Amino acid sequence: MEVVDQEGRTLTFSIGPQHPGSGHFRLIVKVDGDFIVDVKPDPGYVHRGAEKMCEERTYIQNIPHLERPVIFDSSGILFPYVLAVEELLGVQAPPRAQYIRIIMAELNRIISHLYWLAIYGIFLGHSTMFMWPMGDRELFIDLAEAIGGTRVTFSYFVPGGVRNDLPPEFKERALKTCAYFEKRLKEYDRIFFSNPMFLKRTQDIGVLKREDAIRLGVTGPNLRASGISSDTRKDEPYSSYQTIKWDIPVRKEGDCYARAMVRFQELFDSMSIIRQALDLIPEGSVKIAMRGQIKGKVGESFARTEAARGTMFYHIISDGATHPYRVKISVPSFRSLCAMPFLLKGNHLADMPAIYWGLDYWPVEADK
Amino acid sequence: MVTSGSAASVLVGKVSDVIGSIVEQAVKEPVRYIVNWGRLYALWPVHIETACCSIEFGAASGPRYDLERFGVLEAFGSLRQCDLLVVQGTITRKMVPRLKWIYEQMPEPKWVMAMGACAISGGLYIDSYNVVPGIDKFIPVDVYVPGCPPRPETLIQGFIELQNKIRKTKVR
Amino acid sequence: MSQSIEKEELLLSSIKDKFGDKVSELYVNPKRIKILVDRENILNVATFVRDLGFNQVISAGGTDFPKEDSFVVDYHLISVDHEDLKRIIFNLSTKFPKNEPKTPTLMEVWPSAEYHEQETFEMLGIIFEGHPRMERLLLPEDWNDIPPLRKEFKLPSRLVEHGSS
Repeated sequence: MEVVDQEGRTLTFSIGPQHPGSGHFRLIVKVDGDFIVDVKPDPGYVHRGAEKMCEERTYIQNIPHLERPVIFDSSGILFPYVLAVEELLGVQAPPRAQYIRIIMAELNRIISHLYWLAIYGIFLGHSTMFMWPMGDRELFIDLAEAIGGTRVTFSYFVPGGVRNDLPPEFKERALKTCAYFEKRLKEYDRIFFSNPMFLKRTQDIGVLKREDAIRLGVTGPNLRASGISSDTRKDEPYSSYQTIKWDIPVRKEGDCYARAMVRFQELFDSMSIIRQALDLIPEGSVKIAMRGQIKGKVGESFARTEAARGTMFYHIISDGATHPYRVKISVPSFRSLCAMPFLLKGNHLADMPAIYWGLDYWPVEADK
Repeated sequence: MVTSGSAASVLVGKVSDVIGSIVEQAVKEPVRYIVNWGRLYALWPVHIETACCSIEFGAASGPRYDLERFGVLEAFGSLRQCDLLVVQGTITRKMVPRLKWIYEQMPEPKWVMAMGACAISGGLYIDSYNVVPGIDKFIPVDVYVPGCPPRPETLIQGFIELQNKIRKTKVR
Repeated sequence: MSQSIEKEELLLSSIKDKFGDKVSELYVNPKRIKILVDRENILNVATFVRDLGFNQVISAGGTDFPKEDSFVVDYHLISVDHEDLKRIIFNLSTKFPKNEPKTPTLMEVWPSAEYHEQETFEMLGIIFEGHPRMERLLLPEDWNDIPPLRKEFKLPSRLVEHGSS
């Protein structure tokens, strides 16, 4: 489809920062009739200066505010930080803590994907798909609350392990919730993922081919939907993920439908990982005792993990003090800013919600 | 002379007081009650999901906590049909002018709820270079809901406080 | 646990064979390689590293070292489709004096570096020559202070009420 940009035919307007979507993010869109000619993203409305604040706080004091950019996947954004700090200190979390971290990270992944699904339902005009995931999400939030103590932002991962052990009878509760939810997912499939309206709005829309996905720096489920089998949990296994078996969901089409189906499959995979982790978890302590203020050795470390949206990466430089010298955070949503204009150009304006939220761009995370 | 005129005016004054208080009790009071009842049970917030607290607001709209039974329905359409602005999270310096525009676009009567520690006082980010220490320096706030983020039950209590406040307001 | 670093050393020796002493090795560890290049040669070295198989920029940022009066810009590269390179993070860094904060952009080599370089420009004031948009991204439009991630910029203390306008 060729879009002709003649003088006087195009109209430039803003979508956002207050828009019927999630988070403050502005897109400056130029349209020619109904077709998008150019898009310029304008992030920064929720930029809270996390990187600068990290330099003014100790390693432990950084944990609460580093969790908040993506509050519903708070373990996902905190995980590489504790791994990088542990590398600087030269310690490793005990095996029991590593499996508990896996359980917590996968619970957060399910919670995050269900929030994505709820808002995707609203964007595509399917309000039942807002209510059902929001309701089922509460069951997983209950499980996470039993471990971490709050509904979101548990501040549960600390350098050296996790704050406290699993509560008693956690395994029975978790298995019961997973069994219930797997039956529910069949109903989700019937009313939403196989719904002809959903198929019409997402198939062949926003196609991201394999070479473009690599070139534009996309990671996570968006990359797996373009035919590339890449998952940090398998590429560079951390925290005992190498003992867990599952298949990475990969689809070749690269359209919005593929991205949605990859996330749908990941819900099943996360429950399978939780079950395996609960079987394999050894007894033992959950934390290494550390005395006094943590001081990293002089040097640097970096770590990456697979958060719900993609690869999360931290680079910490330390000069031996109690505060880090520099913390560089690289979040998956910021990286998908590159792909957004590329995908939106040439499409109908009405396809914008399906493409934009299908990339799972969370503005608060991207602005850090 | 003067005394009979002033006695008459005092009498008229007293009678008009009595009539006024009868009108107040019998007419204005029920009208005020009905108008406020209509407003407080149909608070429509603007869809402005700022930062972290928006997740708990979304969860509160979900089936478990169900804000809609209080009449709170998020209107996904225009700002012009909303009467409540729930500032859900941190407001940065880049967002402040836009927040004021949103507030000015809403029709009267309107109320503002500051949800979360960041909206009340800057919260965890008070020493950041881009975060304002509380929104009540820019727009008038009616209810403050503390928490980081507040649980949905706290948010519901905030709505009930706002409804109590509206119940007592004079109708303009 | 001793991990083999055969592949990492192989990659490093192929870079050293091509560029000699224009490249200095900072360290080679299991799954981690870091090299330092002058900004004059960074474009050629980056093209070579990309052709080795590292095809995505996962992060690009800068750090201010006032004691050495220099900036360091770090590019972290990963490979998403080469099976034997997937576990490695390659760190390509360059260092230059603080009073000449410029370095060539690597957007032609890796388009995924675009927004990272724009953010580094905004936060540290480093100009990436050849980048189409050296302008504001995250900070407010009326920001008139020095770039915030420089060490001279101090955060207002919690005890002092900072101005609200």
